Amino acid sequence: MTLQLFLFFIFAAVAVAGAVSLILQRHPIHSALSLIVVMVALGGLYLLLGAEFIAAVQIIVYGGAIMVLFVFVIMLLNAREEERTDFSRMARWAGLPLAGVFLVEVAYGLARAGSRFPPAANAPFSTRELAGLLFRDYVFPFELTSFLILIAVLGAMVLARRDESE
Amino acid sequence: MNEFASQHPVLLVALPKIVVLLFFLVTSLAYLTWFERKVVAHIQTRWGPYRVGPHGLLQPLADGVKFLFKEDVTPAGADKFVYFLAPFLSLSLAITSIAVIPFGPREFTVFGQPTHLGITDLNIGLLVLFAITSMGVYGVALAGWSSNSKYPLLGGLRSSAQMVSYELALTMSVVGVLLLAGTFNLTEIITAQSGFHWGFLPRWNIFAAAFPQVIGFLCFFIAAVAETNRAPFDLAEAESELVAGFHTEYASFKFAMFFMAEYASMITVSCLATILFFGGWLSPFPQIGAFAWTHYIPAAASVAAGLALVIHGLRYGTIPGRIVLPALGFLLCGVAGLLLRPGIQELAQGPFWFLLKVGIFLFIYVWTRGTLPRLRYDQLMAIGWKLLLPLAILNVVITSLAILWTGR
Repeated sequence: MTLQLFLFFIFAAVAVAGAVSLILQRHPIHSALSLIVVMVALGGLYLLLGAEFIAAVQIIVYGGAIMVLFVFVIMLLNAREEERTDFSRMARWAGLPLAGVFLVEVAYGLARAGSRFPPAANAPFSTRELAGLLFRDYVFPFELTSFLILIAVLGAMVLARRDESE
Repeated sequence: MNEFASQHPVLLVALPKIVVLLFFLVTSLAYLTWFERKVVAHIQTRWGPYRVGPHGLLQPLADGVKFLFKEDVTPAGADKFVYFLAPFLSLSLAITSIAVIPFGPREFTVFGQPTHLGITDLNIGLLVLFAITSMGVYGVALAGWSSNSKYPLLGGLRSSAQMVSYELALTMSVVGVLLLAGTFNLTEIITAQSGFHWGFLPRWNIFAAAFPQVIGFLCFFIAAVAETNRAPFDLAEAESELVAGFHTEYASFKFAMFFMAEYASMITVSCLATILFFGGWLSPFPQIGAFAWTHYIPAAASVAAGLALVIHGLRYGTIPGRIVLPALGFLLCGVAGLLLRPGIQELAQGPFWFLLKVGIFLFIYVWTRGTLPRLRYDQLMAIGWKLLLPLAILNVVITSLAILWTGR
């Protein structure tokens, strides 16, 4: 049981626990906090794979910006604890077993195709290499993505402004 | 002992370092509050804490004891889990950020294990600090919301909006330094600033060869003051406006945790400012033969401070003061004697200059708090988005052009 395997189990267990808690919590803020835990655990998993820049950026962007947005919205909407909404008895009794069947299918498919996945990089992936990939090989998708984000920001501003002038 | 150390490096090397650093950090947090109260008081031509121990030196202890013994009230209807989580999150994040800060060059050996002055030396040290800063927003937002009360909610939302806005300017203002250094590793950023222009001007990033990072430093410091919710950007916790902002409903020790978290992030940001822009633990004097006397500056400063304390203490008003202050003075003289021993002298050079520069930045923090009036919230947000962010982006553009131009 090397340190890497041990840490992987810890981060993976925390991520799964956070995800399960996200679904099972009744208050939206608690769900948001569980999602933050999942994001940070994913950052830890990226670090174990050697992608140090991605790990830090995962925590900064997902954990520090996107989830802050979620938390803000939940606070501003004054969302309260959910009342019980499980009206479907079929979903309650057949849901978990069917999800288990799906899990077994996916695991079987992955186990059979496992040898065909390329191994993860053996050396830490430096920021310099990432920058080379991003700004040389994949510059067009990169610029397109920033254009998309710009459109989203503009749309948000237009929508917000239209509410004021009415 | 050395074989035991080589088999259990974490136990014998890292753990004692962590314990020692934690002890120093928490003590300096407490005495930073004393320092702030004294400096703000002297700016306002009064004395500040004076009675609790000589020169008010036991005031932080008294405050700590008071916080521990106060009644711990939880507001009705507060979300218990989040209410307890928020100060814990704030304080643990603020204290964790000290782990990546290098206090000196990688030099000494402990029990035969070579180690450096600092807990870790990460390749992404700077990014980890920013990650911790951005997670710190949650402490404030969750505290304001979970108190189930109007003013804390408003204060918390305002405060977290302010922190998120100034994070952008903070991280953009540092990109110039990253371009010059080419790495996120804090130790390497410091060593990239070694050397001297024309023999006497240190090659710190604020005097950088390609483009002096003055705009970057000013943006960074202003954004950092706003990020830590300190005056003049402390509208969210201003006593006269919003009762006490996001920590209104927090009683005794939880309030103390927020308090400590604020000062810890002040210390972290000051450390970051010295590392990124002022050469960290590098001495401002050239390390050539003619300046070898500068190696004795830590010892000389210690002796001077010790003698001043002794002389002042012997004429102090109260009897305990006449015992404690000279004792402290003799202790400082003893430290000076220790600093004169060759091995320790070399080891103490780096941390001395580092702590001196951090102390200067902390003084500037407290100075601006005592001097400048508070900014209104819309002025605050306007400065963050319309002034600092464009300036930081301009700094990045000019720095990259300068680097390409000079070919450095």
